[in-house]
Amino acid sequence: MEMSAALAEDRRTDAAPGEATPVLALENVSRAFGPVQVLFDLDFDLRAGEVHALIGENGAGKSTTMKILAGYLAASEGRILLDGRPVTFASGEAAEDSGVVMIHQEFNLAPQLTVEQNIFLGRELKRGWRLDHKRMRATTLELLAALETHIDPRATVADISVPEKQMVEIAKALSRDARVLIMDEPTASLTSREAEILFRQVERLRAKGTAILFTSHKLDEVKRIADQVTVLRDGKRVLTAPAEELTENAMAEAMVGRELSDLFPPKTPADDGDTVLRVSDLTVGDDVRGVSFDLRRGEILGFAGLVGSGRTEVMEGLIGARQASGRIEVNGAPVQIRSVEDARAAGIAYLTEDRKERGLLLNQSMRQNLTLLALPKFTNVLIDGRAEEAALDRSIEEFDIRAPTRNMLVGNLSGGNQQKLLLAKIMLADPQIVIIDEPTRGIDIGTKQQIYHFIHRLADAGKSVIVISSEMTEVIGIADRVVVMRQGRVAGELSGADVNEDKIVRLAMGLDRGDRDNG
Amino acid sequence: MANVTANTARRGGLRVDIRVLGPIVALIALVIVGALMNANFLSYGNVTNVLARSAFIGIIAVGMTFVITAGGLDLSVGSMAAFIAGVMILVMNALIPTFGISWAVILLGMATSLIVGMAAGLFNGLLITKARIEAFIVTLGSMGIFRSLVTWLADGGTISLDFEMRELYRPVYYDGILGVAWPIIVFAVVAILGEIAMRHTSFGRHCAAIGSNEQVARFSAVHVDRVRAATYVLLGILVGLATIMYVPRLGSASSSTGVLWELEAIAAVIIGGTVLKGGFGRVWGTVVGVLILSLIGNILNLTDLVSPYLNGAIQGVIIILAVVLQRQKKADR
Repeated sequence: MEMSAALAEDRRTDAAPGEATPVLALENVSRAFGPVQVLFDLDFDLRAGEVHALIGENGAGKSTTMKILAGYLAASEGRILLDGRPVTFASGEAAEDSGVVMIHQEFNLAPQLTVEQNIFLGRELKRGWRLDHKRMRATTLELLAALETHIDPRATVADISVPEKQMVEIAKALSRDARVLIMDEPTASLTSREAEILFRQVERLRAKGTAILFTSHKLDEVKRIADQVTVLRDGKRVLTAPAEELTENAMAEAMVGRELSDLFPPKTPADDGDTVLRVSDLTVGDDVRGVSFDLRRGEILGFAGLVGSGRTEVMEGLIGARQASGRIEVNGAPVQIRSVEDARAAGIAYLTEDRKERGLLLNQSMRQNLTLLALPKFTNVLIDGRAEEAALDRSIEEFDIRAPTRNMLVGNLSGGNQQKLLLAKIMLADPQIVIIDEPTRGIDIGTKQQIYHFIHRLADAGKSVIVISSEMTEVIGIADRVVVMRQGRVAGELSGADVNEDKIVRLAMGLDRGDRDNG
Repeated sequence: MANVTANTARRGGLRVDIRVLGPIVALIALVIVGALMNANFLSYGNVTNVLARSAFIGIIAVGMTFVITAGGLDLSVGSMAAFIAGVMILVMNALIPTFGISWAVILLGMATSLIVGMAAGLFNGLLITKARIEAFIVTLGSMGIFRSLVTWLADGGTISLDFEMRELYRPVYYDGILGVAWPIIVFAVVAILGEIAMRHTSFGRHCAAIGSNEQVARFSAVHVDRVRAATYVLLGILVGLATIMYVPRLGSASSSTGVLWELEAIAAVIIGGTVLKGGFGRVWGTVVGVLILSLIGNILNLTDLVSPYLNGAIQGVIIILAVVLQRQKKADR
């Protein structure tokens, strides 16, 4: 309240928690895209002072539901009720004018503008006809301080990291002083610490009487923050219940529609294979200093640490996507890696955490994306289109990529299917060492399970895998050995029974000093 | 929502893609209009004339398709053509005392043209990739440089090829095989090779990848700078090739040679359906675009319905219309 007081007078009438009329509701809403129906006869309520979680697998219809609520999509059938009265939002802006604000998963930020300009985009504070820079700066600082981040309001959005962008997107929504706040997987790119800060803000808004819609693939978060939970499956509502009556397992099973066991495959004991990759004293710009580690054949090595601890930079330096110095040995022989092509030649493939900006060409078809990295294998002066199609067939089969048509643009695939396609693309280059950065970010639990099992099969087949992850359970569940990074250095290395949440967190936060010469 | 059913598989087949059909329909309509308005329109002489004149812009536009597909732009091609023509003529005139009026001089002149074109393209390409200056700025600069150099070489006037030499060289523009003029043959070969390169080689695939997202291309082991520079070099060589065809037509070069060719070439590429921002290119579309532009001029010349002075206006409307249609397709999606 105190921080947004400058922005707008309190537009709420009276919004006591548990009030009878929902602030925003869907009544028998259906939606079809062409012949494909994605929502069936959906009822959904958002009440003041209540956090309502909407969960489901990728493609269950969550995004469509949120976009209809926030005015970005129209319903094919059914009604939208605002304070009990039917409304039609002509656009997202119209919905915002009624106090319905959405935080997008794909960031809606102008990359060339500064953080401050983005926060006030379209709602600039003015004094007369001139922009009131002073007041905007002060408000921006307040908003960012409330989110406990140290982002510079003058920084250009293109230059800040993914989690920072998420924080800016959240700050922007908070500045709108919303009656209804719709959050599309706000924590997907945040660490648990940052997520915790976000949850405190959510609780604050709930106490103020804001109605909040929250989606996440992390069910512990849902359990932690939600009052109500609605589960969607294949465009239909499966259940709505108070969060306290549902266990995480019950939620997962309702989403998937089957019993879910063994999310992680059982670990096979590491059989001390030869060292495949030895990195010594790798320094990457100012982000990474003197990092050394080994990777053995058939091993899954986890990389843990806070976002910004330099994990991604290590790998990007290793594969030649960033300027780096240090010694790299593959199979005992030193190699020079100056470009991604050198890395490919050395048998190293890197699957980026940023699949939309670094991984896939969103406006091209699956085939073109699939073969881009391994194109030389398909080229003998001319590209062998038939071989490419055959490779696509195999990849669709092997990775269970589900797309309505083969020629579909990759940008229209769901996140899970994009990730599977990206995996297929990397594997097509037949690497010996596979580095996977955030393998399951923004992906539903069913697909997660598939990806974990796939990673495990890779290791069983004698490939060596590095998995970078901000999800603690993921690192613990899949890795044989874990390197923990902190502030651009290796804070320690854990293996066997030491791979547990407590040890990792202590190293990542700098509470413990690990024995560094462990490898 | 992506993985619901298989019954959407038909959608691609049923829907008519306006980006594919649009330029072709426009071209056919122009041919019909032309044929109805003037009996001479479809005559051998007129068709040869239109196609041969299209060849210069056409050859350049094929190269431009690759540059634009890779997310670049080249404003310098018109001035570059004039500069190359000037250097080529000066070199040929200088060689006459040694070799006499012979094909050796013509062949050396052709080699000069291709080499100067390649060097000019490399100049643009290196500035863009190594010095990291925007393509628009670099080629705006080199446009001025080339134009001014040719004016300087001509001392403000015209650089003329030796008269006897001209007679020997003339057939390269005016003759051909089996009644098909050389420029048309060269244009056709360039277009076919270009189409194959765009669709079926890794060079074409890499251009589209860079134009659609440079970062993704880099992370996919594409040599972004090398490929991008190569598109400008290719364009430079093609400008040289076009100049080889152009010089025998007039036998001279001046500061007004090739004026506005860059805009016609860019317009042809866009009308043909290549996306100006890069990421998607279509060489056959560019060929259709070139033909559309020259047919409009030709029809206006043959009929007195609209003043030929309005040629530019009508071309302008067509360019804007082509982009509007592209937009619409995007909105449908």
